Amino acid sequence: MTKQYETVIGLEVHVELATKTKIFCSCSTEFGGEPNTHTCPVCTGMPGSLPVLNKKVVEYAIAIGLATNCDITRVCRFDRKNYFYPDNPQNYQISQLYLPIAANGHVEIEVGDKKKKIRIHEMHMEEDAGKLIHDEWDDTSLVDYNRSGVPLVEIVSEPDMRSADEVIAYLEKLRMIIQYLGASDCKLQEGSMRADVNLSVREAGTEKFGTRTEMKNLNSFKAIARAIQGERERQIELLEEGKAVIQETRRWDDNKEYSYAMRSKEDAKDYRYFPEPDLVPIVISDEWIGQIQKKQPELRTEKLKRYQKEFDIPQYDAQIITGSRHMAEIFEEASAICGKPKKVRQRWLLEASPRRCPTG
Amino acid sequence: MANKISDETIEYVGILAKLKLSGEEKEKARADMEKMLDYIDTLNELDTEGVAPMCHIFPVNNVFREDEASRKDGSEETLANAPLRKDNYFKVPKTIG
Amino acid sequence: MDITSMTAVGLGKKIKAGELTAVEAVKGCLAQIDKVEKDVHSFVTIDREEALRRAEEVQKQIDEGILNSPLAGVPVAVKDNLCTDRMRTTCSSKILENFSPSYTAEAVRNLEKAGAVVIGKTNMDEFAMGSTTETSYFGVTRNPWNLNHVPGGSSGGSCAAVAAGESPFALGSDTGGSIRQPSSFCGVVGLKPTYGTVSRYGLIAYGSSLDQIGPIAKDVTDCAAILEAIAAHDPKDSTSIDRNAYQNAGTAGGEGQPAFGYDFMSALVNDVSGMRIGIPKDYFGDGLDAEVREKILAAVRILEECGAVAEEFDLSLVQYAIPAYYVIASAEASSNLSRFDGVKYGYRTQEDEGLHNMYKKTRSEGFGPEVKRRIMLGSFVLSSGYYEAYYLKALKTKALIKEAFDQAFARYDVIIAPAAPTTAPELGKSLSDPLKMYLGDIYTVSVNLAGLPGISIPVGKDRKGLPVGMQIIGNCFEENKIIRAAYTLEQKGGRIS
Repeated sequence: MTKQYETVIGLEVHVELATKTKIFCSCSTEFGGEPNTHTCPVCTGMPGSLPVLNKKVVEYAIAIGLATNCDITRVCRFDRKNYFYPDNPQNYQISQLYLPIAANGHVEIEVGDKKKKIRIHEMHMEEDAGKLIHDEWDDTSLVDYNRSGVPLVEIVSEPDMRSADEVIAYLEKLRMIIQYLGASDCKLQEGSMRADVNLSVREAGTEKFGTRTEMKNLNSFKAIARAIQGERERQIELLEEGKAVIQETRRWDDNKEYSYAMRSKEDAKDYRYFPEPDLVPIVISDEWIGQIQKKQPELRTEKLKRYQKEFDIPQYDAQIITGSRHMAEIFEEASAICGKPKKVRQRWLLEASPRRCPTG
Repeated sequence: MANKISDETIEYVGILAKLKLSGEEKEKARADMEKMLDYIDTLNELDTEGVAPMCHIFPVNNVFREDEASRKDGSEETLANAPLRKDNYFKVPKTIG
Repeated sequence: MDITSMTAVGLGKKIKAGELTAVEAVKGCLAQIDKVEKDVHSFVTIDREEALRRAEEVQKQIDEGILNSPLAGVPVAVKDNLCTDRMRTTCSSKILENFSPSYTAEAVRNLEKAGAVVIGKTNMDEFAMGSTTETSYFGVTRNPWNLNHVPGGSSGGSCAAVAAGESPFALGSDTGGSIRQPSSFCGVVGLKPTYGTVSRYGLIAYGSSLDQIGPIAKDVTDCAAILEAIAAHDPKDSTSIDRNAYQNAGTAGGEGQPAFGYDFMSALVNDVSGMRIGIPKDYFGDGLDAEVREKILAAVRILEECGAVAEEFDLSLVQYAIPAYYVIASAEASSNLSRFDGVKYGYRTQEDEGLHNMYKKTRSEGFGPEVKRRIMLGSFVLSSGYYEAYYLKALKTKALIKEAFDQAFARYDVIIAPAAPTTAPELGKSLSDPLKMYLGDIYTVSVNLAGLPGISIPVGKDRKGLPVGMQIIGNCFEENKIIRAAYTLEQKGGRIS
């Protein structure tokens, strides 16, 4: 008689913000570009350089925080996270630990016809790392700092998800919100949205959480689903054999459909966080929040409700039309010109629209 | 109270700080650190209950830049001091993963 | 014309009057460097051709009337932790032996805009960690007053260069006394401004929350003129403060008060009548050399004769400044110096098999013992389980120290203190006992913790013929009060020679 296990999942989602410039310098965030062309002394950690915060990053972060029902931290600040790695030019990442910009939020997801609230523990701003590529020729690594200093928000959920479906619904939800806000394009494949999966299993019916692992390197919804399945099975197998799950970071290899421990004596995981002395605190006033609130576009959930009521269109159609903010805007403009859309026009819009599956 | 720093701690801090100390240096580092920590521990005589830690001396907040890009190819200046480079990349020992 | 004894402003006047050219000024410095550098060793790098080229260019601009600042055409020596475009910047460390930045520190740029001519980069304690300039990878600097003694540190090269007449003035940096203490040992005037007054952009950081750049010169007038040239609000440094807009909510300034501004020359007034001077008792007790005490108290009496009112008082928490300072400075340094890893610039070990091995070898071979000591301490106090006990405790102590100074400045315009417990020690006598060396910073570090301005001025010599310095400390943004007090004293006492 085999035991029943429940999977418990929390996510750390990194989203690259759609600013024109990096978080602490005026280098371009544009994709592509020859290696190390979008760099300056600040984003390559040259001695004597100093960071200056991009205001737009704070505004996007507040907008995302509001749209995910978070409390905005009125006085927040940056901390240094210290660790050595070549993609991290200063060997510390400017991030937020002690006073992140937003906390205690939630989003609602729908799986099947069940609605569920996924709580957001906190969301913070930080800088992205550069890119490492492996040079096969002489078995070394090469570093490109074009992405170093691109602004990110990291959204940390509570361990509220129980299946891959819920995880994907949550990611879809976040992506839709953030895309509507115009704060990011949220492309998993290009890395502008990345998810680390914290997963543990426990016997069904028990309260206590099991030991969790963190999985990295998940580049698509499919990879996430497979990794969840794979890691769930690996942990259950360990428990069935009477072995313990070790709390560790694992790297998912989607080709081999297996995760590998990223353990090393040299990674002490002791980040020695302390307040970043080169940056001053950020004080967020009611007025500032109000201004951002006022500029928030109507999000998908509200649009869906309104369309069904105002235009009397089926839910399925409304879902497709609101699948992107851009398409919804075309629909609304067309409706404004032609009056309430007739079935015909709705159908035209639906047919003409690129029916891309949300693959990320 | 006299601080005692173990060999493991010196080893561990060496990993954090990326410093490899020789046997003699380790002994010295340990003695120095114990002495300094004993001295630093005098701070415990101070009652700091309810005192807010002071990071910045002046209450200056909200220093921002506008989101305006400078379009300059920074690669030559960035790479000018590279100890080892390949094409326009910095070259480092192989990283895992 | 012998320029070695001229002040920067004096030299600038002569250049403006056409009695001397900028090129002749540079040549005069280079001649003096040729004469004394082998003994004193103030410099890590001297760039003769570039200095002469710049001097010519500046002279042209002076002739055309484009440049008319008091420092136009005046040579300057720059501490080697200030980045200079295409001139190597080493922090006196092997790890940066061949580092050539592509940018110039904002303070140096401001000086160049005013027409000053950089002649070279001065020696210092490695990464500004030390009090003697003996931890430099490039060898020690000697005190021009007595070559068997240290010049102090960490800005020892800058102070020695000015004292030896190799440069009319210099820039230094001060994290825990690194301008004021060597100025005192070398018999020159050095000023550490209020935190945020001079941009830190391009200053290779040691303790970011404590570092300030400041002038080192032959007299108070020079210091005021140089500070006026280098101080400016800089949008590239988020901790830079716009003194034209900032009003201190605390004891000074306040609602309706005029802003603090950047006019320091106007404080060169020979008058201290009614000025209230606080003398912290704890600074004049045990541990202070008797001769140093005597000279300083004599200087206080001169100020009293000029109409100032001096009074002893208890500045509390004095003994806690050094432990708090070493926790904060080492912690910040451990992080600031992590960027030196052999990847992007600087030294890299020959034996670079494996990433972490490369890091460790590079850093262990590239840093000297004092730097490693502080990186180890800083990494430890921030490590898991200790952050609160050490780092947060130190930040709380800092808050209390600031409060103690606030209370003092409610009663006094300036505070007078020693800059160091003794005159310059002999070479080779300090490094063996680090803790003892750190204790020498007792009169200077609290000023950095509280962000205050302080000036060190010579007040005589001891029996050995070594200069004695005195420190005048002001409230935040009140450079003008310390400049005024120092200037008055200088007018009465004259410069030591």
